[in-house]
Amino acid sequence: MALIELRNVVGGYGGAPILNGVNMAIEQSDIGVIVGPNGAGKSTTLKAIFGLLRVTGGTIEFGGRNIANSLPDALVPIGLSFVPQEKNVFTTLSVEENLEMGAFTRRDDFKDTMDWVYQMFPVLAEKRRQPAGELSGGQRQMVAMGRALMSKPTLLMLDEPSAGLSPRYVIEIFETIMRVNKEGVGILMVEQNARQALAFASRGFVLANGQNRFTGTGAELIADPEVAKSFLGG
Amino acid sequence: MDELIFFINRVLISGTVLGSIYALGAIGVTLIFGILRFAHFAHGDMMTMGAFIAFVLAGLCAALGIVTPLPTGFVVLPVAMVIAAFLALGIDKGFYAPLRKRGAKPVTMLIASIGVTLMIQGLIRLIFGSGTRSFYDTEPKDIFRIDMSAFGGTRPISITEPQVLMFVVTALLVIALHLFLTRSRLGKAMRAMADNADLAQVSGINTALVVRVTWVIAGSLACVAGVMLALDVALMPDLAFNIVLPIFAAAIVGGLGHAYGAIVGGFLIAFAETLAVFNWTAVLRPLNGLLPEGMALPANLALVPTEYKLTVAFVILVVTLLVRPTGIFKGVST
Repeated sequence: MALIELRNVVGGYGGAPILNGVNMAIEQSDIGVIVGPNGAGKSTTLKAIFGLLRVTGGTIEFGGRNIANSLPDALVPIGLSFVPQEKNVFTTLSVEENLEMGAFTRRDDFKDTMDWVYQMFPVLAEKRRQPAGELSGGQRQMVAMGRALMSKPTLLMLDEPSAGLSPRYVIEIFETIMRVNKEGVGILMVEQNARQALAFASRGFVLANGQNRFTGTGAELIADPEVAKSFLGG
Repeated sequence: MDELIFFINRVLISGTVLGSIYALGAIGVTLIFGILRFAHFAHGDMMTMGAFIAFVLAGLCAALGIVTPLPTGFVVLPVAMVIAAFLALGIDKGFYAPLRKRGAKPVTMLIASIGVTLMIQGLIRLIFGSGTRSFYDTEPKDIFRIDMSAFGGTRPISITEPQVLMFVVTALLVIALHLFLTRSRLGKAMRAMADNADLAQVSGINTALVVRVTWVIAGSLACVAGVMLALDVALMPDLAFNIVLPIFAAAIVGGLGHAYGAIVGGFLIAFAETLAVFNWTAVLRPLNGLLPEGMALPANLALVPTEYKLTVAFVILVVTLLVRPTGIFKGVST
C-alpha cells in the first residue's frame, strides 16, 4: 500500500479549480518530484495535501485514511510535514526555537530528534542560539527542513527547496534530501531545477493545467523525448 | 538638595508609575497586534473595565468586613485579573472571532473594536453612573516619607504605598511575561505566530489556543494597568480611554508586536510626558543668584502646559513614524 495516494484530486482557492484531477502515489522509500510549467498546479498540489486550500473532489489517502481537507495541526501528528517555499523560518526565533516549534505537536521528549537534526546539519548546532533571520539562504533552508523533521514525519513535502540558492547549495540540499530519504522519510517535492531533481527521483510527475501529463521514474521521464522537449527545455 | 528631592518626587516617581501603567497597557496592544494583526482600540476600556471589576471586589471585601494589610485594590487584583481574562476571551469570542472567521480586514477589526469601546463605556456608565469614584473611600492611603535631612534636605521623598506596590507588581509581571515568552512552549509558539502566522499553522501549532492565551495575557495585564491608574488618579468611566493614544504610541515606538519594545516605549513616553510638563523653575531656582540684578527665572518653566500633556505622546509618535517606522526594536509590519 502506498504511503500517500492522490486520486483525481480537484481543488482551488474558491474560484475556478486549479487542480483538475491529480493522481499520485508515493511509497515511504520514494523520492517523488513534481515538475511542470508555471501555473501547472505543482505547489497547489502540496498545499492541497496539507489542507491549505479546499479540495472539492477526489481523495487523498495517507496511511489508509482520507485526509482531504484536514488541517495541519491534525496532519503533523500523523506524520506529514511541509516546508513552504518562502518565509519558511521564524526569523526572530533562534535556530533551536525554530526546531522546537516543529515539535510543537509532540508531547514526548524530542531531544533525540533534535540531536538527529543537528547531526544531519552540524552547522545548525553551532548556530543554535542565533536568530534564524541572521543565517544565510542555504542555512535557512536547513533550519526549515530541520523544523519540518522535528515532528518525525513519514512524508516530508518540500516546495522548491532549491529556489534562490547558489548552485553549490542546490547540490548540498539535494544530497541532504537523499540522506533524509535513506533514514526512512518519504519525500514529495516540487522543483524548478527539473532535470537535476528528476535525476535522483524514484517517482516523477509532470503536471500541466492541474493534471498529470506524464508519470514514471525520474530516469524514464528524462529519457522520454516528449517530456524532454516540452518540459525540460529540449 | 531640596530641588533634587522635588525632582525625584515629581518626575522619577510619577514617571515610573505612569510608565508602569503605559507599559502594561502597551504589552497587550502589541501582543494583540502581533498575533491578530489589528489595532485593538478597545484596550483602554478593557483597562477601565478591569479597574471597575477590582472596585466591585474591593467593595465586596469592605462590605464583608474583611480588613487587609495591603490596599484592598491590590489584594483583589489576582481575582480581578482572572475575571478580566475571561471577559477578554468572551469579547473575542463574541465580536472578533466571528469577523476573523470571515477573513475580515484589519480595518474592519479596528472599527469593531471601536464598537466594543463604546459598548464597554456605555455598560460601565449604565451600571456605575458617570461620576468619579475612589478606591480610598474606605481606607487611607499610606504615604512613606523618606527623611532626607541626613543629606541636607528639608523635605522628604514621599511615595505612597500603592505606588511602591505598583513598582513591585509591574516588575513581577514583566519578569513572569519574559519567562513565559522565552521558556514555555506556548510562549515560544506565541512569538512564532507573531513572527510568521502561516508557518506557525504549517508547523501544526494550535493557533486558536495561542489566540486565547494572547487574550488572557492582554486582558489580565490591562486589568492591572487599569487598577493602577484608578489607584493613582480616580475611577471614572472614561478613565483609560483618555490614555489610549499614549499606549498606542508606546507600542508603536517600541516596535509593534514586540513585548519588550512595548515596555521600553511605555516608560519612554511616560518620562517624556512627565519631563515635558515638569516645572523646571523648581529645580533651577538656585541659578537665580547667578542671574544679573533684576532678572529672575519665570515662575513656571514647563515645556508643555499640563493640559497639553497628550500632545507629547503624539509628537513622539509622529517623529517615530517619520524617522523609524518600525520602532526601537524592529517591529512587525502589516
